[in-house]
Amino acid sequence: MSTTDITAFAFFILIIAITLAITYWAAKRNTDTSHHYVAGGEITSWQNGLAISGDYLSAASFLGIAGAIALEGFSGFYLSIGFLVAFLVVLLLVAEPLRNLGKYTVGDVLTARFNARGVRSASALNTLAISMFYMIAQLIGAGALISLLLPISFNLAVIIVGVLMTVYVVAGGMVATTWIQITKAVLLILGSIGLSIAVLAQFGFNPVALFAAVESEVGREAIVPAPPGGLVPGLDTISLNIALVLGTAGLPHILIRFLTVPDAKAARRSIIVATWVIGGFYLLTPILGYGATLLVGRDTIAQQDPGGNLAAPLLAEALGGPIFLAFISAVAFATIVAVVAGLVIAASSAFAHDFYTNVIRHGEASEQEQFKAARYTSAGIAITAIILALLLQGANVAFLVALAFAVAASANVPVILLLIFWKGFNTAGAIAGMLTGLISSVGLVVLSPTILGDAAIFPLTSPAIVSVPLGFLACYLGTKLGGKSAEREMREGRQTSYDEIYVRANTGISNIEQEIRESAPETGQRTS
Amino acid sequence: MTVYKASHIVPIRSGKDERSRVERNDEWVRVERTSAFKELMRKKKAFILPAMIFFFVFYFTLPFLTAFTTVLNATAFGPISWAYVYAFAQFVMTWGLAYAYIGQANKWDDLVDDARREAAQGSAEGSRA
Repeated sequence: MSTTDITAFAFFILIIAITLAITYWAAKRNTDTSHHYVAGGEITSWQNGLAISGDYLSAASFLGIAGAIALEGFSGFYLSIGFLVAFLVVLLLVAEPLRNLGKYTVGDVLTARFNARGVRSASALNTLAISMFYMIAQLIGAGALISLLLPISFNLAVIIVGVLMTVYVVAGGMVATTWIQITKAVLLILGSIGLSIAVLAQFGFNPVALFAAVESEVGREAIVPAPPGGLVPGLDTISLNIALVLGTAGLPHILIRFLTVPDAKAARRSIIVATWVIGGFYLLTPILGYGATLLVGRDTIAQQDPGGNLAAPLLAEALGGPIFLAFISAVAFATIVAVVAGLVIAASSAFAHDFYTNVIRHGEASEQEQFKAARYTSAGIAITAIILALLLQGANVAFLVALAFAVAASANVPVILLLIFWKGFNTAGAIAGMLTGLISSVGLVVLSPTILGDAAIFPLTSPAIVSVPLGFLACYLGTKLGGKSAEREMREGRQTSYDEIYVRANTGISNIEQEIRESAPETGQRTS
Repeated sequence: MTVYKASHIVPIRSGKDERSRVERNDEWVRVERTSAFKELMRKKKAFILPAMIFFFVFYFTLPFLTAFTTVLNATAFGPISWAYVYAFAQFVMTWGLAYAYIGQANKWDDLVDDARREAAQGSAEGSRA
């Protein structure tokens, strides 16, 4: 084993030791379902902002975007913009109502209004599908990265990450996951700032000089958008951007983070923290990407990994030798295990809380049974993801993440928005919207050039431009054509009155009788 | 063991009898009808709707222009193209709108408290009558 390997091993072991210590500490607090799913709702807005950043800045961000900018130039930067701007949709439309309506899962938010097992099941299905695509992508990325950096095989690397995430989640629940996200976010920020400073030091600390060097050495096409390619590629770009900007508002592992804070105000503040951290990181991506283009070279990057995923680690090696390489690789490793742990929580809570507790057991499972189900399901989900990742080894990571965003934008976003804003929405509309969004987004990808190549039936690689409108349309048609009107569902107790949803989503008042009594003036105590 | 703060929800129980459900709904309607709640919703709409329209137009103009035209490929200054200038402007837009929103939303919290008080007063008067 070379000294590089020993340094890399040392950093990896250090990261594993830190995260296991956090899990050990958290396991003592992980004593009930509320702590397991949402850390008891006791996370502060600062902590949650960092944890959202940790959940959000996946391997696709850290490794993928740097690589895309290094190899393709400007078009790689779209991902940075879309991933950040998406937080405005979350902040302005969904975060606070979600915090006000939800308890543990996205399914809870939907059943705050619809008293139907079908709604909960459809929502659990969507969460499982989205989280699974995302998780497989992260695991494949982890396997590829670690097997390139350390002398271990892809399969072993996937299994190591998989076992670690299972331990974090099963033992430490959301408390451990949150603190691992925070640790990882801080490491990632330090790592990317360190890399950027080292790159800029080569160019007199002048970012413009970096761009000028790219222009003179690689050519102007590296720093301007690719020339328009006609209608189909143009629509594909727009479609990808729709998925990016709307998808975040439908990603279960991000949405459940708003349920870990005590109130809507904390949810709001945590997004501000997250947009600074995430935006700050994305602002650095051109420095990392172009730095790798100049200091490592496009050929070398593509030779190591055609997807460009090793651009950032290779840049670290070029700038700071084996120790810096080992540090950046360890940061990438921490990034992946943390994101995967967050996804396991989201997927397993959809299964254990929505499906097992509320659909199969009709909400009558005891606290002890629920807690046990949550832990067993976490282990089950993790093992399933490991097996799928091993089977799908060759799959393209960026493709799977883009698919997760497209499904989230099509299957979850229409139903969440209409639930909050449309008085006439009914059970049939909600179920139709969720299933249509899921089936059309996955279906269109199956029919796209990504899967079928030249025989593609659907010409675009990104389905959102069609599947998002279809999701909304199905919500509308389902409501108008199927089932009973919202009014009748309310009278029959199948739907919470929209008055309640409307007031609760916008004010955070939850226990109406009690809160009104508490804020009543002394003389006005109700006596009846 | 219950650790929920006040804002945690009370789960819906199916099979609650019709009368208590109607009574409970009256309480929500009472909040809905307070002048503070109406003002809250008016202010929310007045901010969020134009903000969303502005931001979607601003956001999608960039991919639209680069996908179908080359106007943004021109040089803004030095090696920096207008496409990068617009791209960085999206960051500024995101932070600007986020702070504009939070400035407004923090004021809205007072209206929520007002609505709660107003509804409580109405409810107290209602039960005395």
